[in-house]
Amino acid sequence: MNATAQLDYLASLLKCWPIKQTEAQAWLNQLRMQAFDCVGTQKLPTRRDEEWRFTDISSLAPLTYQPSRPECNLQARDLERWYLKEAKHRLVFVDGHYVGHLSTVADPLQLTIGNLPDFVSSHAAILEFQLGRHAAFDRNIFTALNTAFLRDGAVICIPKNTVIAEPIHVLFVATQNEVTSYPRCLLLGEAGSQVTLIEDYVALSQSAYITNSVTEIGLAANAHAKHIRIQRDSPQAFHLASCAVSQAHASHYQSVSISLGSQISRYNLDVKLADEAAECDIDGLTLIADRQLADTHTCIDHAKPNGTSRQQHKCIVDGSAHAVFNGKIVVHPHAQRTNSSQSSRNLLLSKTAQVDTKPQLEIFADDVKCAHGATVGQLDREEIFYLESRGLSEVVARNLLTYAFAAEILSRIPIVSLKRQLEQTVLSRTRSNPS
Amino acid sequence: MIVENSKTILSVQGLRASIDGIDILKGIDLTVKSGEIHAIMGLNGSGKSTFAKVLAGHADYAITGGSVQFEGKNLLELPPEERARAGLFLAFQYPIEIPGVANTQFLRLAYNTVQAQRGKEELDPLEFDDFVREKMKLLEMKSDFLDRSVNEGFSGGEKKRNEILQMALLEPKLSILDEMDSGLDIDALRIVANGVNRIANKDNAIILVTHYQRLLDYIVPDYVHVMQAGCIVMTGGKELALELETRGYDWLHENRRSLSGASA
Repeated sequence: MNATAQLDYLASLLKCWPIKQTEAQAWLNQLRMQAFDCVGTQKLPTRRDEEWRFTDISSLAPLTYQPSRPECNLQARDLERWYLKEAKHRLVFVDGHYVGHLSTVADPLQLTIGNLPDFVSSHAAILEFQLGRHAAFDRNIFTALNTAFLRDGAVICIPKNTVIAEPIHVLFVATQNEVTSYPRCLLLGEAGSQVTLIEDYVALSQSAYITNSVTEIGLAANAHAKHIRIQRDSPQAFHLASCAVSQAHASHYQSVSISLGSQISRYNLDVKLADEAAECDIDGLTLIADRQLADTHTCIDHAKPNGTSRQQHKCIVDGSAHAVFNGKIVVHPHAQRTNSSQSSRNLLLSKTAQVDTKPQLEIFADDVKCAHGATVGQLDREEIFYLESRGLSEVVARNLLTYAFAAEILSRIPIVSLKRQLEQTVLSRTRSNPS
Repeated sequence: MIVENSKTILSVQGLRASIDGIDILKGIDLTVKSGEIHAIMGLNGSGKSTFAKVLAGHADYAITGGSVQFEGKNLLELPPEERARAGLFLAFQYPIEIPGVANTQFLRLAYNTVQAQRGKEELDPLEFDDFVREKMKLLEMKSDFLDRSVNEGFSGGEKKRNEILQMALLEPKLSILDEMDSGLDIDALRIVANGVNRIANKDNAIILVTHYQRLLDYIVPDYVHVMQAGCIVMTGGKELALELETRGYDWLHENRRSLSGASA
């Protein structure tokens, strides 16, 4: 029964796959062909797959959402509410397709930034080596689909020892109903470079659509990247996303991912500390309600010695929503003196809210420090009473405490205007504004 | 201070309360008039902190008897926030930490909520900043208090100062200070007590809940009540506290046992 249903979603997509490859670059055609073949060998995951045991996506299977159309009637004023004044560089993709007239690139000489097709010839050597090489598609059908349909995408390369002070905003806007879109990002930080990337998913309407996104980040020695990911889709949407990060010697990756929910959202973040002394800081916040399902799967892979990882993930779950956090940490046999910590904290705001949290440590080295902890709780009654005894109503007290729970993660976002926006979102989600 | 013909702020009669079916308060009578400072003393487990929490409206306690009038209202009918807005204030023995909420944000929210209830003007962040800094001088507080998260990482003394700062801002009719001296060194105690003394006036009243007499050297009570096993067993002037300090609580225990024996 399921097999037929799966056929619907996959069949309708694959029907649209362009058989005739028009890319000038053979390597790109080949990449897409490989990915296409990988789609053919995989099935939509079910709860029988370990990686999907908490997340039932069977509701996706019967949908016949076809790839989005490259059409855009938007003007800047339609999107201005999401523009960030700190960001000088802004790439806008509507339903996965690049829109040049809404994008702004300052200082094009300082870095390589723009849409993938504009670079496939000029930067073939780099792209062939990097694109599709970090995010494996042989075991993830959604990454395979994204790669098979790969066309537009944000390409950002920061040259050696270059510091890009202003954040780069990549804005993915969903507008069309009942389509699938394939956002794609590639961020390469050459040795000693520094950059802040904001990967931002927004929706112009309450439409139903599938976003299937892939982001790849490659950091060379001593490169620093801050990666802020905001998922704020339509409540009807499906959001299936992967991000793969490869870190070279003494590089530093900081991630703050905020998931504000959709019908079903899934985010896979795989960080590979591929060389010595690499560091990563991973913070996540999931804020969902109603009947939403939000799943975050992270894997921090310590492949070499002296790596450091710190992770904090928080979920705030209201209504009958269901949050999942699976945090895998792998320490390879030679990755001695790894220092890793992971914390999963979860706040349930209603009796029917649900969270599954699973720390998963696989440690094969003996000289390591790995701390982890998980808590699931409700708002503390003594804290509520304290605020009530200062004149705040129970509702305001609860909202303030919920906001405070989220604020710790939001405070790690280094862009003030974005942080303010999200604070307001959290406050409005909890239905009362204490400021 | 005891003021002649002053009006009654709090009138507690036969108050009984329990938690999880266990009786804690077993018939408390207490009248507090404006201008007065009362001290409630007693050993741990005598019910004095429970009494403070019951007055503030803590939901864990079930009221099983008696009545409480506060400023002419039936206090027991009001939820905790309305008690606070009506002018009742509880300074917590263990103030709660709220990481993620700036102290100034919290203080202004509480202040404006109470102001709105009283039909008075609310303050915007700038106006409030001036106002709160003035009040902070009462407690010799550093300005970084405002930017830090509520009570997070505060020392014991800083937490208690923050409680009294809230008391100064909210201008309650009746303040109940629960074990205000616990965890304070002598300098911090002096600062906190000075703050309380400067807030006390002929129109408000204070109940000090304390285990030790030490606090009462700094905030001098008009009345001292001794609680035991959920009842006020003795009431006297400030000299009663000194007597407790020298004789301990045991003699009262004996006293009470013979009293209850007599009434049985």
